[in-house]
Amino acid sequence: MPHRTFFWFILPSLTAMFLFIALPIVSVVIQSLHVEHEQVLEVVETCGPFGCNEETRVDSEATRALREAEPLGRFNGLGTYVSRAHLATDELAAAWAESDSLAEFGSQVMNLPFYKALAFTLAYTFIVTPLVLVLGLAIALGVNGLPQRLRGVTIFFSLLPMIVTPLIGSLVLFWMIDADGIIGATLQLLFDDPELSLKASPTLTWLTLFVYGVWHSAPFAFIVFYAGLQTVPEETLEAAMIDGASRWERVRYVVIPHLMPLVVFITLIQLMDNFRVFEPIVGFQAQASATSLSYIIYSDLRGDTQQFGSAAATSVLTILGVAILLTPVLIRTWRDFNRKRA
Amino acid sequence: MHHRQRPRRDPVERLSRAAGDGGRGRRSASDTVEVTANQTTEHRDIQVAALTADPAQYTSAVVANSSIVPLLNDGLIRPLDDLIAEHAPDLPALNRITIDGEVMAVAFMANAQHLYVRTDILEQVGAEVPTTYEEVLEVLAAVREAGIMDHPWAMNTASGWNLGEEFVNMILGMGGTLFEPGSAEPAINSPEGVAALEMLAALNEYANPDFLTFDSNATQALWESGELAMAYMWGSRGGGILDDEGAAEGVVENTMLVAAPTVGGGDRPASTLWWDGFTIAANISDEDAEATFVALMNGLRPEIITANNDAAVWLLAGYTPGAPAAGVSATAEAGATPYPMLPYAGLMHTALGNELAQFLQGEESAEQALADVEAAYIAAARQQGFLE
Repeated sequence: MPHRTFFWFILPSLTAMFLFIALPIVSVVIQSLHVEHEQVLEVVETCGPFGCNEETRVDSEATRALREAEPLGRFNGLGTYVSRAHLATDELAAAWAESDSLAEFGSQVMNLPFYKALAFTLAYTFIVTPLVLVLGLAIALGVNGLPQRLRGVTIFFSLLPMIVTPLIGSLVLFWMIDADGIIGATLQLLFDDPELSLKASPTLTWLTLFVYGVWHSAPFAFIVFYAGLQTVPEETLEAAMIDGASRWERVRYVVIPHLMPLVVFITLIQLMDNFRVFEPIVGFQAQASATSLSYIIYSDLRGDTQQFGSAAATSVLTILGVAILLTPVLIRTWRDFNRKRA
Repeated sequence: MHHRQRPRRDPVERLSRAAGDGGRGRRSASDTVEVTANQTTEHRDIQVAALTADPAQYTSAVVANSSIVPLLNDGLIRPLDDLIAEHAPDLPALNRITIDGEVMAVAFMANAQHLYVRTDILEQVGAEVPTTYEEVLEVLAAVREAGIMDHPWAMNTASGWNLGEEFVNMILGMGGTLFEPGSAEPAINSPEGVAALEMLAALNEYANPDFLTFDSNATQALWESGELAMAYMWGSRGGGILDDEGAAEGVVENTMLVAAPTVGGGDRPASTLWWDGFTIAANISDEDAEATFVALMNGLRPEIITANNDAAVWLLAGYTPGAPAAGVSATAEAGATPYPMLPYAGLMHTALGNELAQFLQGEESAEQALADVEAAYIAAARQQGFLE
């Protein structure tokens, strides 16, 4: 395609990407470098149904004047990024100086909100993603081996976990794992422990969330692999059979290499999706034991006071995190692409 | 609504229906105001943006002690003195939320968390209704010892806003404070703060291990299923619990709503008082403001209050306090303090809600948890310009 034609061809997409992706990112970056103006406070008498009090309040006119003079707020540079709510550089240095062992340093780091959230986010990403790949492939191979008549129904039911909205799916499971719910009560019976609760301990909460993540995402991997399986060349498989390859060897040396581009594709999508894990934490009310980067952005933007600067800084750090995660996969794809061209 | 899980939908829906006077349909209160209502549990998160628009998206926002603060901070609501003088000159002082001499909201209902007890279970263990948390612990121990229940206690301790609120109630009951007087500097890492946390931990020894997920819906369901002997819940749940719907046999007739207990030898109940009221947006025309005010006051006239008597603890003429109001009234009369209407209280509340769970899970000391809260609060307060 001539360059000129190509340019006009992608112009609409480029414009949309600029307006809806690039500009918002620039705006978030700018916001993350600013904090609110100094609040002008005054003490006034406040009366209500429960009597009168001297209470502090914001002098809204004086504060508004400040805000109108500098609508973005006060420039704070990277101050928000290094504060305790994010990278917490001072706290990290202090923890390093004070702790006698690495374990103690680790537990102090895990006490900082950003690192606590990052730890769960990374654990979720790196545990759920491979399990989704393996389970998705296993289901796809299983369904592919079924008689034609049964496949439609099986595919439909296998896809259900992905069709259910994440928030609803996690809420349904949240009630099922309750001590009075069907899964919770069964587990108590099986382990003969009336105190067993999947919601109470951080470890079990993490496990529950991982299981939920695999349950929710495996159908996506399954359907992509299933589509890929329809394109595996019959001749190669037959040749392998004639050479005496077992079923496992055929999967290992013929099917999986053939599906490799799909593995890369699913890995990319799953890394991105899992790194911004959010809904199950809300659905399972898991924030006491597990928070994620997306969850702390949400938490900053809720409540009586919205903390935009802080939320913006976490958003920028999330974008950086996704970029770092995807780099190895993208480099690999780029090399493959170049090799094929050459 | 200041509290996400508390069903305030009922009273507020009745108010907005009555204001529109025509059920859920639209009816114009003037040429430019149409009465429609958005009753969302997310109202705290949308009200600032909605009222910042010019003209404002809503002419009125229904608020509580805490959620009025961000509207005041940004100057988004207008003084009501002229409208009251013209249309409701007899409005009692009790209903006028007066800030620096100007009425900024009209309060119409009250709420507080307090003790719910099962009189039949107390009788079984031969206990009186407790008035202090220390007595509450004794009764809970007796109930467990008698083999009646393993987990006889619940309070709203879901990590987040609920847990923050329980700590605020407890530290104020202990005689502590949230901030250094007259300043935005935190003051919770105090002996009172530690004692408050330790009391919360002691109480939750008697709660189901899932207690860090308990919001109002969960505790009400536990109460109605008959699995609890005592609980600390919102007064606004009283109507729903005492009605004939959804409770196991023997629960309703043996449920008694009493004042919040005192704690640590203090003389005020460990609870905060809340009011709910309506405000009028600043960014609307005087005619719209007037029409809105008239419509809302119309929704609060005595015959409407009488017809909806048990839906809330109303602060208005026409109301006869019944059994569902007993706990809130007793808590107020015993001298509980209102929730602090400070511009930085919301930031402290968020920090408390986020940082206290680890202590209750037994993963860190009370002092460490409180130090974490203060550090998280200071970081947020610097961001928002309250601290240097």
